[in-house]
Amino acid sequence: MRVVEKRQLLSAEEIGRTLQRLAHEIVEKSGGTKDLALIGVRRRGVPLSQRLASIIRTSSGVNVPVGTLDITLYRDDLSTVAPQPVVQSNEIDFGMDDRDIVLVDDVLYTGRTVRAAMNGLFDLGRPRRIRLCVLIDRGHRELPIEASFIGSAVQTSDTEIVEVRLQEIDNEERVMLVDRVS
Amino acid sequence: MLHRLQHLLGLEPLTREQITFILDQSKPFQEFHRHPLKKLATLRGKTVALAFFEPSTRTRISFATAAARLGADVMNLQAEASSLKKGESLIDTVRTLEAMRPDGIVIRHSASGAPYFVAERLEIPVINAGDGTHEHPTQALLDALTIRDRKGRLDGWNVTILGDILHSRVARSNVHLLSKFGAHITLCGPAMWVPREMECLAPNIRRVPQIEEALEGAHVIFVLRVQTERIDEPALAAEEFILRYQLTPERLRLAQPDALVLHPGPMIRGLEIDPTVADGPQSCVLEQVTNGLAVRMALLYHLVGGAPVEAPHPAKEQSSAAD
Repeated sequence: MRVVEKRQLLSAEEIGRTLQRLAHEIVEKSGGTKDLALIGVRRRGVPLSQRLASIIRTSSGVNVPVGTLDITLYRDDLSTVAPQPVVQSNEIDFGMDDRDIVLVDDVLYTGRTVRAAMNGLFDLGRPRRIRLCVLIDRGHRELPIEASFIGSAVQTSDTEIVEVRLQEIDNEERVMLVDRVS
Repeated sequence: MLHRLQHLLGLEPLTREQITFILDQSKPFQEFHRHPLKKLATLRGKTVALAFFEPSTRTRISFATAAARLGADVMNLQAEASSLKKGESLIDTVRTLEAMRPDGIVIRHSASGAPYFVAERLEIPVINAGDGTHEHPTQALLDALTIRDRKGRLDGWNVTILGDILHSRVARSNVHLLSKFGAHITLCGPAMWVPREMECLAPNIRRVPQIEEALEGAHVIFVLRVQTERIDEPALAAEEFILRYQLTPERLRLAQPDALVLHPGPMIRGLEIDPTVADGPQSCVLEQVTNGLAVRMALLYHLVGGAPVEAPHPAKEQSSAAD
């Protein structure tokens, strides 16, 4: 099986502008930053959540707490994979109780990652509210989950893959639509 | 895959990379005891058989708690209440357990090598929880995690092991593990418990009869329990052992100022260790217990979790899913 790049969905500049808009939407829809906290889902949700927090810091002068969540132990397919995926640490140094949480991830697809992330958060406490922010919503949901903040909604087919490449992880900055060719 | 194991039988055959992988994988589980909700569903539907053919409190509770917190069920076999008393052989007992379809078995046995014997005959992952005077791999792993956390790294420390080394599987597993990380190991205890052959266990290992000399420059000190249950020959009188080998505050001062004191437990205060040392800032005894849970959770997750791994068969091509 081969993978071919079909087209670019977002350029570096467009990612930057999209994050600006998302950060403002989050603050606006939350009626401020009280109790607000961002949780990035490993891996690419992490730099995205940090960038959103930094935009909020610049525009409203508030340091919104940011944490990192690893969903490996909450995946629903663990009993079908071998060997087991590598586990990583959460990095969340604030309490979950009564927080207004925005989960941040790069791509929303089946919704299973978000389900796992919510279970992970509940083990840490009882947030007042959890909303979801994604850079790309590519459809094909398998669970009743929707995002509150969407960077870009894209029509995709089952065989296609949305690849978000970020400077912090991939040393390049763009979003590509690629296809699997057998 | 390089780092993946099917069983954990001993540390001697493992590579540095495999050990580092297990320690790294224990880190995410360390924070777990601070969670308000200490129960995962990761191993839901899996069963771990605990086959302890020798009395054990802390190791058995640690494995049972690790399994429970991952969401697995536990089958408990205890020597005192088992059919062993009625004369059943080891293999018949474990085959009976296997017939109840557990997904992994944790075994402790007074015979060195018993877990290897079992692993060769069963289809499920086997974890050694202590076999005779051979190895106690999870204990050495939790000790290594404790040292790495406190000191920032595992490599190159001067390690002194005190007491009854001959009968100690904890000492053997620790020697095997730490020598892979370039430790300089000093063994010290009554001559009958520190035989010359122990020097063959690893490179950079020496025997020193005087405790004062053995502690000089030590970065890590292991204090071992005197294993009265494994000793048939007339042992050293307790008074003399205390006089010559007890780790006292005065003796501890001969080691590096920030030397760590580890004890696998159960600790007999006033015998091998002075209470002031046991409760002092250099003692890691309670961290060892907490880290034991993390190490065992990581091992159960990797060995018992996931789709059953088919035993390698030459005629069958194995496909391994990448993650």
